[in-house]
Amino acid sequence: MFPIREGFLLSGVLFTLGVIGVLVRRNLLFVLMSIEVMLNAAGLAFVAAGARWGQPDGQVVFLFILAMAAAEVSVGLALVLELYHQYKSLDTDAISRMRG
Amino acid sequence: MTIVFYTAGAVAIIATIMMLTRLDAVHALLHLIVSLLAVAVIFFVLGAPFVAALEVIIYAGAIMVLFVFVVMLLNLGAHAARAERALLTPSIWVGPAVLAAILLAEFIWLLASGNVPPSGAATIGPAEVGMALFGRYLIGVELASMLLLAGLVAAYHLGWRKIPQVEATHVSHP
Repeated sequence: MFPIREGFLLSGVLFTLGVIGVLVRRNLLFVLMSIEVMLNAAGLAFVAAGARWGQPDGQVVFLFILAMAAAEVSVGLALVLELYHQYKSLDTDAISRMRG
Repeated sequence: MTIVFYTAGAVAIIATIMMLTRLDAVHALLHLIVSLLAVAVIFFVLGAPFVAALEVIIYAGAIMVLFVFVVMLLNLGAHAARAERALLTPSIWVGPAVLAAILLAEFIWLLASGNVPPSGAATIGPAEVGMALFGRYLIGVELASMLLLAGLVAAYHLGWRKIPQVEATHVSHP
C-alpha cells in the first residue's frame, strides 16, 4: 500500500499550520519560520506526486524550492536584522509605522 | 512501512504545532528542526532518498544555522548569559529530544529490518534526478543560480553596516 493520499493530506495540514503561523504570530522570526514550513509542505506535495507517477520531476521541483528557500531566508533574515537595528523590535505592528 | 509513515507524519505535525506555540525563538527553532527531520523520513519512505538527504543537509542544516545565527545576533545583551543558563534546563530540550528519539528509532528499525530502500514505492535515486535536472530542467538550474547570486548580493548589501560614513563624520567633527 503506497501512502500517496496521506502524503498529500500531511502536506495540506503542514501548509495550513504555516498559514496559521503567518497570520497569528507577530514576531518576524516566527513569520519567516512559518514561511519555511509552508515551502516545505509544498515540496512534500511535489515529491509525493513525483513518487506517485514514478518520475523524478517532483524531486527536481523540490530542488528548485530548496534554492528559492535559501535565497528567501538569506534576504529575509538580513531585512530582519536591519529592521531590528532601526526599530529595536521584531513586532510586525511596530513596523507598520514605516513610511515609504 | 505505513507505520513508519504515520509515525513520522505525527511527529512532523506535533513538532510544527509546538513550534507555532513557543514564545522563545530558540525553542521554536528546535521544534522546527525536528519537523524538518520528520519530513525527511517521509521523503525516504516515499522513495526519494536523495531529496531526504538534501532536506537534512540544506534545510535542517544550512538554513536553520542561518536562523540560529540571527537569533544569536539579536540576543546580544546583558540577559544573554541568563538566557543561556535557562536554555539548559531539561524542560526546554526534552520535548524536541523525545520527538527526535522517535525518528531515530524509526531510522534504526528501517536499517535493521533490511528493506532499505523501503518497499511500497519505486525508489527514484540521485542518478535519475540528476539526469532530469541537467537535461530537461537545465534552464531552471541556470535561473536558480541567478536567483542565488541575487540573494547573495542582496544579503551582503543589506548587511552592510555603513561604518565608513560613521568614521568620516567622527573625523570631520572631532
